[in-house]
Amino acid sequence: MSATATNPAGRIAAIAALAVLAALPLILSDWIVFLIALALAKGAVVLGVVLLLRAGLISFGHALYFAAGAYTVGFLANKFDIGEALVGLPLATAISAAVAATLGLLLARFRGIYFAMLSLALSMILYTALAKFYDFSGGTDGLSIRGFTLAGVAPGNPGLVQYYLILALTAVVAFVCARFVASPTGYLTQAVRYNEIRIEYLGASASHAIWSSYVLSGAISGLGGALVAYLVGHVSPDFSYWVYSGDFVFVAVLGGTGSVLAPFVGSIAFEFVKNYAVKFSPHTWQLTLGVFLLLVIYFQPQGLWQLIPHLRARQPEAPP
Amino acid sequence: MNLLPIILIDGITFASWLFLVSAGITFIFGVLRILNVAHGSLYAIGAYLGASFVLQLATEQQRSWITIPLLLLAAVVVALTLGPLIERLFLRRAYGQDEVIALLTTFALFLILEDVVRLIWGIAPYIIDGPFRMWGRTRVAGIAFANYSFLLTAISILAGLMLWLVIHHTSFGRQVTCVISDREMANALGINVPRIDLMAFALGTFLAALGGAFTAPTMSVEPGMGVSVIVLAFAVVAIGGLGSIGGAALGCIIVGVARAAAVHLFPEIELFVIYALMVAVLLWRPQGLFGEIELRKI
Repeated sequence: MSATATNPAGRIAAIAALAVLAALPLILSDWIVFLIALALAKGAVVLGVVLLLRAGLISFGHALYFAAGAYTVGFLANKFDIGEALVGLPLATAISAAVAATLGLLLARFRGIYFAMLSLALSMILYTALAKFYDFSGGTDGLSIRGFTLAGVAPGNPGLVQYYLILALTAVVAFVCARFVASPTGYLTQAVRYNEIRIEYLGASASHAIWSSYVLSGAISGLGGALVAYLVGHVSPDFSYWVYSGDFVFVAVLGGTGSVLAPFVGSIAFEFVKNYAVKFSPHTWQLTLGVFLLLVIYFQPQGLWQLIPHLRARQPEAPP
Repeated sequence: MNLLPIILIDGITFASWLFLVSAGITFIFGVLRILNVAHGSLYAIGAYLGASFVLQLATEQQRSWITIPLLLLAAVVVALTLGPLIERLFLRRAYGQDEVIALLTTFALFLILEDVVRLIWGIAPYIIDGPFRMWGRTRVAGIAFANYSFLLTAISILAGLMLWLVIHHTSFGRQVTCVISDREMANALGINVPRIDLMAFALGTFLAALGGAFTAPTMSVEPGMGVSVIVLAFAVVAIGGLGSIGGAALGCIIVGVARAAAVHLFPEIELFVIYALMVAVLLWRPQGLFGEIELRKI
């Protein structure tokens, strides 16, 4: 991934995309706006997956942070009667970051398929906890979130307010990640994928680079989860289930790892394909998604991002 | 009441069921270096086909001996049709690619197969408890255990022995061992590596379908039954070490007994225990109990 949002062409593209997305509610109907809002919020989680994919690490348990963020908001609304987004969102981000900082210490020691499986196990621990402790988490029924407020005001049109909130925050997330990717630690993370021992010969720490990526990844995924929770108004243990994690990795590959904006392109494409698959083949929508995924893998393994030729970031060739 | 024998019997029963599923995963990973996310779906298809066979061909005598070969036949059919089909058409394209591509290929297959199962068998549960009931029950420590569970344990042990014999005492097994240790060299020595890949995947599929077919009488066969199995099996193979069948067996026994103990002593933490065990084992031995440490390239 090159730092699209920090090179001039990428910056212009990002601002143009932001302007287009900001204008969409004026012309499109509510359900499409909702779908895009959902896609953007989930895109933050996918970006988290992409940050780790850069290091060659597959987080097959990223639903953990998605659920952690979503349930933080759920607990606040249900146990403390706080539906305030300015409290919920920072808290969700902070808690997810703290969880990632702890688990990251453990995960940074693992590579390859073991990283994927350990992430999976950790997310399933949260899943079983959320599903079993009924008094605490509402069990498999989950929790409903009512009383969304922003800066103390309960908006008349919460859908629209949340759309702009999500748009603004995902823009910030993309910008922060672009800066991280272009930082020394960011470049080191990418180098981990190619040759870890050389990094250590250079005097840098591969584990530390992975840990930093993991904490940022967990934090933005938690934020994405919290945004989805406010938007959908309900959280359930399924948020932490392994199939959700699989979807996030799916979307990460669908969008591509070429830019911090790619996950959002992938996420919007995914939500629309899923929506229409459910609409036109309600009994076989999973099958449709599976075929779609195979087609992407076979014919566009670099992701949809590579279809946008002028923005295509010049990727350094992988050393043999 | 003394819980220990009950916990042990429950644990071994659960372990033998789990072994049939996880042995296939770990064997396929050992040969193909692909973690098969769709393995749970193959298990489910084995269960469905087994249930269909029993319902269609043994309608009058569900409680007869004929059901055992029918269930076995179901597993063989799945292994001989779906196994080669999946390997040839889909997995072969993923060899040597990025790990994420290989993982997502099997994830896509999982999504597809889940719906294919619904398309073929519908969403109504299938119940074939004849084979389960005909074996009766035995009382141990004051609790009645279904004899079918003991049969399942016997089948699991037989499957494990068969796998061991195949790997160590047949030409195919020696070729598999060669391919596992060095694909290129195996190729150079004249081993037909693509054929070994195909047969290895079919063998793994057979184990999954066997597990499904023989579990079918103990439960209602319904959509989604493969979804939760797969993560349990992943935990087992991670504990045992990926690619190690002996490790999978030990992992199954550890997980089975730990889960049974949790069910009887602290029912809330039933599944939690399994994943916590996996994390603990990986903390202590990152490559699993019997896993090989991969050398880092310079």
